[in-house]
Amino acid sequence: MANLKEVRIRIASVSSTQQITKAMKMVSAAKLKRATNAIIQLRPYANKLKEILANLSASLEDGVSVYTQEREVKNVLLIVVTSNRGLAGAFNTNAIKTANNLIAEKYDSYHKSGNLHIIAIGKKAQDYYEKRNYNVIGNNNELYSNLNFENVSAITESVMDAFVKGQYDKVEVVYNQFKNAAMQILTVEQLLPVPKAERSEKQVSNTDYILEPSKEEIVEQLIPKNIKIQLYKAVLDSHASEHGARMTAMDKATDNAGDLLKKLKLAYNQARQAAITTELSEIVSGAAALSNG
Amino acid sequence: MNLEILTPDKKVFDGEVISVTVPGTMGSFEVLNNHAPIISTLEKGQVTIRTATKTEKLIINGGAIEVIDNKIIVLAEGVIES
Repeated sequence: MANLKEVRIRIASVSSTQQITKAMKMVSAAKLKRATNAIIQLRPYANKLKEILANLSASLEDGVSVYTQEREVKNVLLIVVTSNRGLAGAFNTNAIKTANNLIAEKYDSYHKSGNLHIIAIGKKAQDYYEKRNYNVIGNNNELYSNLNFENVSAITESVMDAFVKGQYDKVEVVYNQFKNAAMQILTVEQLLPVPKAERSEKQVSNTDYILEPSKEEIVEQLIPKNIKIQLYKAVLDSHASEHGARMTAMDKATDNAGDLLKKLKLAYNQARQAAITTELSEIVSGAAALSNG
Repeated sequence: MNLEILTPDKKVFDGEVISVTVPGTMGSFEVLNNHAPIISTLEKGQVTIRTATKTEKLIINGGAIEVIDNKIIVLAEGVIES
């Protein structure tokens, strides 16, 4: 019976797909663990740096560092962080959608006049924006194969250089912030100029520090470090989110494949049973016809 | 006296030390027990850690140091262990 064979083939294909999604889920779970570890490792460094900076810069007036200068915004740079690979649910689509909304709301005129630049981290955003003729700068798809602080800072340094030179007047980052394996929070953060709120939060400690070389110079040196950390954190967060999203997506896919298999097996057995019943009744009626004659 | 050396990628050192020498921007200096509170930026250079049992040396890629109440925290951008 043709139907029987068809169902058998489908069962085989669905179960091999299920094996793939199951394997991908497990791979993502392992990678997720490493990615979250990286975030945890970064935290003490980031917190301490922020603390020192907050302590020192609270009493300083604005305009100390070139990175805090607010200028008239002529050129905007958007850093969109996605992943290199798909099959992670709505992970990449959401990040790109958020970036697009941001462009439509705030930077539409910049985009039309060609003053909107985009740095894509991850192949998905790169392909998307290149296809639609945005000003995409550089190619950072290799970043994920060796994700460490040094490689991310190389990007940040080039962005900071361009900011100081006046190529961009405002830099924003769009990324998926990692909450837990099943939850990502889409976040838009201003990288440059360094927002005011971050500079003057927290209370000032009363310790009388010896400051070398001087308060201004320390702040000036630490601000770039903090900017680098900010982007590094965004990339790490997005990386962990990617694996979290993929893990949940693949888990669901495995479940769905299981449901489908159950249904197919039921249909298969029904068809098989029907075939046997027909065959039996044919034999019985055949035998009856013979004995009657 | 407790010393922690942190980089963005990992914690490089955490433990009790007798003294530590760091490459400050104004010149290399040594931190001993009961050092006054200090915040200083660091240049690329060698950090020498002396513990009760051994002496360790590593090269850092610039960073910052904070010393307060016998707790030293070194923030290094990168570490090349030697």
